[in-house]
Amino acid sequence: MQAFSLQAADAVRGKQLYEARCGACHSIDENRAGPAHKGVYGRKAGLAKGFDYSSSVKASKIIWNEKSLDRWLTDPEKLIPGQKMGFSVPDAGDRADLIEFLRTYNARP
Amino acid sequence: MNKSGDSTVSGRRSFLGTATLSVLSASALALLSGRDVLAASHAGAMKEAGDVAILNVALGLEHEGINAYTLGAQSGLLQKPVLDIAVRFQSDHKEHRDALAATIRKLGGKPVEEKALGDYAKSLKADTLKNQADVLELAARLELGATNAYLGVLPSFKDAQLAKVAARLAADEVMHWTILNNALGKGLPAGGMPFGA
Repeated sequence: MQAFSLQAADAVRGKQLYEARCGACHSIDENRAGPAHKGVYGRKAGLAKGFDYSSSVKASKIIWNEKSLDRWLTDPEKLIPGQKMGFSVPDAGDRADLIEFLRTYNARP
Repeated sequence: MNKSGDSTVSGRRSFLGTATLSVLSASALALLSGRDVLAASHAGAMKEAGDVAILNVALGLEHEGINAYTLGAQSGLLQKPVLDIAVRFQSDHKEHRDALAATIRKLGGKPVEEKALGDYAKSLKADTLKNQADVLELAARLELGATNAYLGVLPSFKDAQLAKVAARLAADEVMHWTILNNALGKGLPAGGMPFGA
């Protein structure tokens, strides 16, 4: 009998996905074409120090958590019209792993 | 990373041979020149705003790539013929930069400005580059990232012609990555469709 199980989000795979897909524009520690992601999980949108955000992101008042990051990665423009990111992550499992990577990275001392 | 001196030599030979055959078929500006009428007629339209934002992110990547090659060239770690190829790749990225900036302006946008070289040195951790292979690894990583970025934004373009341009830019980045990867003595990716996944 096959048991129903939810696949747990995988931060290790999320790190690999982050480097492969997000790494062109983002890094954890430094602003590049996109903002640095250190501390992004649990933080209000538009607060990476020194990054030139769109006015729409700065005004969004969104807090980045599992749900909001999932919506953002699914369709950034739908969540925050007028934002700058044209990249999306269509696969829900990939999004979950990426979010888990960002969440657990932030939890590190 | 290449571990073998022999494969390094072999890699460099292949690097040169491949690079000699790699010539852009046309300038990116010429590629975009047919966009003049459309760009002018749509300037300021809301549907163009998203495309301009995407192009500006791409322009930011091109600025970064140009400065990465400058950092590599100035490091003193690159020897001929690798240095010549790096300069050639940088020239390609300058062509991309100029084409993207011109298109952004034609669409009514403001091209994102290049940062200071020191800013790129910090964000790319240029102080960690100790030898030629380190520089090639960095360049290959950036070229691969740019490839995946261009492929990743293709579905977001409202204007299919701009998407086509982005695809052609991605092809240039693949060309660069392939040669750099070969110079590092690395093999082909496992299986087909390794980019943009």
